Amino acid sequence: MTGFPLFPERASTLATEVDALYLYLVVVSVFFSVGIALTLIVFAIRFRRRSETEWPGEIEGSMTLELTWTIIPFLLTVVMFVWGAQVFFHMNRPPDGAMAVNVVGKRWMWKLQHPTGQREINELHVPVGRPVKLTLTSEDVIHSFFVPAFRIKKDAVPGRYSVAWFEATKPGTYHLFCSEYCGTEHSKMVGRIVVLEPAEYQTWLAGGPAPVSPAAAGEKLFTELNCVTCHRADSGGRGPLLHGLFGKTVQLQGGETVVADEAYIRESILNPAAKITAGYQPIMPTYLGQVSEESLLQLIAYIRSLSAPSGEVAPPPGAAGGPTPSKAAGRDRLNP
Amino acid sequence: MTTPEAALPKTHYLNADYGWKSWLFTTDHKRIAILYLVSITFMFFLGGAYAVVIRLNLLEPTGSLVSAETYNKLFTAHGVIMIFFFLIPSIPATLGNFLIPLMIGAKDLAFPRLNLLSWYVYIVGAVFTLYALVAGGLDTGWTFYTPYSTVFANTNVIAAGVGIFIAGFSSILTGLNFIVTIHKMRAPGLTWFRLPLFVWAHYATSIIQVLGTPVIAITLLLVTLERAFHFGFFDPNRGGDPVLFQHLFWFYSHPAVYIMILPSMGVISELVTCFSRKRVFGYNFIAMSSLAIAGLGFLVWAHHMFVAGISVYAAMIFSALSFLVAIPSAIKVFNWTATLFRGSVSWQTPMLYAFGFIGLFTIGGLTGLFLATLGIDVHVTDTYFVIAHFHYIMVGGAIMGYLGGLHFWWPKMTGRLYPEWWARVSAVVVFLGFNLTFLPQFILGYLGMPRRYHAYPPEFQVLNVMSSAGASILGVGYLIPMVYLAWSMRYGKVAPANPWPATGLEWQTTSPPPTENFPRTPVVHEEVYDYSAPPKEAALV
Amino acid sequence: MSEAQAGALAHHFADLEQQREASALGMWVFLVTELLFFGGLFGIYCVYRHSYYEAFSAGSHHLSWRLGFINTLVLIGSSFTMAMAVYSAATGRRARIVLFLVLTILLGSTFLGVKVVEYAEKIGPCLGDGPHTGCLLPGPRFDGEVLHLEGERAREAQIYFSLYFGMTGLHATHMIIGIPILAIIARMAYRGRFRPEWHTPVELVGLYWHFVDIVWIFLFPLLYLIGHH
Repeated sequence: MTGFPLFPERASTLATEVDALYLYLVVVSVFFSVGIALTLIVFAIRFRRRSETEWPGEIEGSMTLELTWTIIPFLLTVVMFVWGAQVFFHMNRPPDGAMAVNVVGKRWMWKLQHPTGQREINELHVPVGRPVKLTLTSEDVIHSFFVPAFRIKKDAVPGRYSVAWFEATKPGTYHLFCSEYCGTEHSKMVGRIVVLEPAEYQTWLAGGPAPVSPAAAGEKLFTELNCVTCHRADSGGRGPLLHGLFGKTVQLQGGETVVADEAYIRESILNPAAKITAGYQPIMPTYLGQVSEESLLQLIAYIRSLSAPSGEVAPPPGAAGGPTPSKAAGRDRLNP
Repeated sequence: MTTPEAALPKTHYLNADYGWKSWLFTTDHKRIAILYLVSITFMFFLGGAYAVVIRLNLLEPTGSLVSAETYNKLFTAHGVIMIFFFLIPSIPATLGNFLIPLMIGAKDLAFPRLNLLSWYVYIVGAVFTLYALVAGGLDTGWTFYTPYSTVFANTNVIAAGVGIFIAGFSSILTGLNFIVTIHKMRAPGLTWFRLPLFVWAHYATSIIQVLGTPVIAITLLLVTLERAFHFGFFDPNRGGDPVLFQHLFWFYSHPAVYIMILPSMGVISELVTCFSRKRVFGYNFIAMSSLAIAGLGFLVWAHHMFVAGISVYAAMIFSALSFLVAIPSAIKVFNWTATLFRGSVSWQTPMLYAFGFIGLFTIGGLTGLFLATLGIDVHVTDTYFVIAHFHYIMVGGAIMGYLGGLHFWWPKMTGRLYPEWWARVSAVVVFLGFNLTFLPQFILGYLGMPRRYHAYPPEFQVLNVMSSAGASILGVGYLIPMVYLAWSMRYGKVAPANPWPATGLEWQTTSPPPTENFPRTPVVHEEVYDYSAPPKEAALV
Repeated sequence: MSEAQAGALAHHFADLEQQREASALGMWVFLVTELLFFGGLFGIYCVYRHSYYEAFSAGSHHLSWRLGFINTLVLIGSSFTMAMAVYSAATGRRARIVLFLVLTILLGSTFLGVKVVEYAEKIGPCLGDGPHTGCLLPGPRFDGEVLHLEGERAREAQIYFSLYFGMTGLHATHMIIGIPILAIIARMAYRGRFRPEWHTPVELVGLYWHFVDIVWIFLFPLLYLIGHH
């Protein structure tokens, strides 16, 4: 029925999973709705009142019936739960090696940056067949990044990072919507995801002025903001060595440990006193108000790129699983 | 039933006293119910008017009938009015207030003056909120998400927050009154398991009202304080957490939906049993399922937040609990359907509404399972799928139950019969109009149309037009009863004390009842819903 | 039914016992709603104290635990006098009901007086022009330095003080509502309206007052004693 679609296009690996699950629920729902409706209609006709003096008498309840129609629906819902949870897990575990794209929502536009530096507004060009991991945040109110064709959605919340990922399977152009009401032009905060064949994607990347990758931009900021004064490339600085830090477990003063992920680094820049690395003094000044969300993402990209003195490279983007809301991640820990 | 011409009783609660003071200072629960009936009917049509403009705007993809700002104020007003000022009070404050003392053989509720106070509190809250909506408007959505509502919105958030805060106390007072009444004022012989299921449903609802409403009260108070005094609980720039607001908000607002549906389910139990002339199949199960829904309903709030930033493990727990809370509702649907088996099924108007309820609530409830399913919710949350789901429950469910109940007890409340054929026609019109309005929205949602959009991609237009067409039919379906019900109060056939006839103490007294309900306190000997023989004719008159 | 009883029984109740039970249950249900109302704030407190322990500690240390302790004793005392008022009503000692209610009012007012002193100390510096040193009202004039905090920590301390004012303010509001009610009940007692068989209003206001006291008993350590040893 080309004229009347019931499903959006399936353009990601997740889409097929979600649609299969959806189909199961549709079948169960149709079965029960039609079943109940037909039963009602049949009973209403068959047992229709034929005279005002009909008094049909008691029917005892039936424990067997009650148990049956409790247990069977329950079992059907168990399947829904387990299958749904499985798909959800898959949605929340970006694969290793995914291409890391930074997304900042702002009233009323999406600002995106590729790992190679290209910036886009309200559009995202991606290659087909490659997992893409989105790190989302907002500069103002809560937005939500929604691509129906990929069946993905995640809120972009100010003050924290959230993660979504997809792997496009079909070249084409797909809707991007903001799906968390954010004020006057919420309906206009829409865009396109443009999925290209790998070769075309390379062409697209190469077009336009030579971009500065987030990591390179971050390096520039690192110097401009004087981070390099304390965080030297050798271990003699007043601040902890950042080379090879990303993804490692850090020992904090007081004995706690924390994984050095995106959220940790962001917090350390904005609120350095929150987590002091063991063996160091709490002397780092705060950069609150001096760095934008985009700058923060670039600094993080730079720090991620710093290899350990021994030549060991920091884990590739996405390996740490992204800024999962770990217990020790500052305000992010405010998840139940 | 061929009866001799019924006559109105000489004195009853409506003619016991005249004049505006006798109404505005009444403590008679029946008059207070009528006061509420008038108020919520007004609010319903006001909220409906907003919906009309919304659906008109959505006829065109450019959505240029109204500006974006105006549209945002329209859907906010529609939600705020319908939820806080229509659905939450609706059945409890009208039918509940009127019937609970009658059903338990009492002269009034436990606290008649608190009852009147609850109506005044409702009116004050409504005035505040309407002022906010009219003088400049509110554009945060009924959900008030932060930091938009606390920092960025420049509309009347504080006035609306205060108005809803005040109206919340009306809900608390009603719930408190019902709980004490049901516990302490049942007639001799009326044990818990002889109570009509309408009473059980209201008992469960009252528990939710009492436990849940204070939390929204404090949450809205904090939003107001944050906006006025920069407190910062929910603002990341001041050390706060926007998601914390969502937890607090949904902690009430999820149980709130059960406040909105449980009373209607209570009505359906009454209708199905009377119009099948059989005791409800599985009485105990239905009674207990109401309590189960009330309890479990407090444990599922974060299913509104699966993509908001909660952990995967928390999401799984809330998903599992959300499936659990669906089971008691399913049990009710099966039991109601089974009640018709080998019954004597009448197709009078209240029963038509009951049929509509069972069918539409089933669809609404099943689509709730889609939302509880994590993998699907990610795709459909914040889309028209959710809008369709809750309208199936609230409109296809709760409002149909309300209309069914209104018709069923109309003779008791007014002493008049409504015109049956007009009533059946409008029930059918409502059913058809409703489905045309909201069924396409499921598809729209899965296709990806987000909610709260005043303009949308052109490929969604056909479904939107269908939906708007349905809305116009639905509107007509709601207007017709207003006309004939009003007409019937003056010109309707006089009703006998028990026109159906139905079991239940309320039918044992005159239509309309006297102010003191019963000339002497009833004593109950029979089990509930005993339709093995015709119910006694107004034995207590 | 005695004439005295007839005066007090409302028309819709079968007897005084039913009326008394209904009133008591009603008050308990109301107190449950109050529990949930305060509960929201306590929940927020728990969340933010966990995240911002140091700022909360600093804020808490800045409060005068002595004043808080005095207030706690005052309020516990007022609960005692309230209980004595109920007992007096149950034993028919008219003068004593009035006496104990008046004492409860005085103690409650003392509590509020101390609160005014505490608030003035924190809000006073915020008013007018000038450096606003020592201003502890959350907002643009908040002075974190007086707590020896700066930057992010100062912002977190604002959350602490938001909770301080919010929770003690809500509590004080409940007392401000309660005191006139106590006065009304005292007046009723003075006029001889209560007797051992019926003194429900005294019992109900007693329940309310005890509840308000208990809320304070939780507030005091949570707000005033963080990190104290």
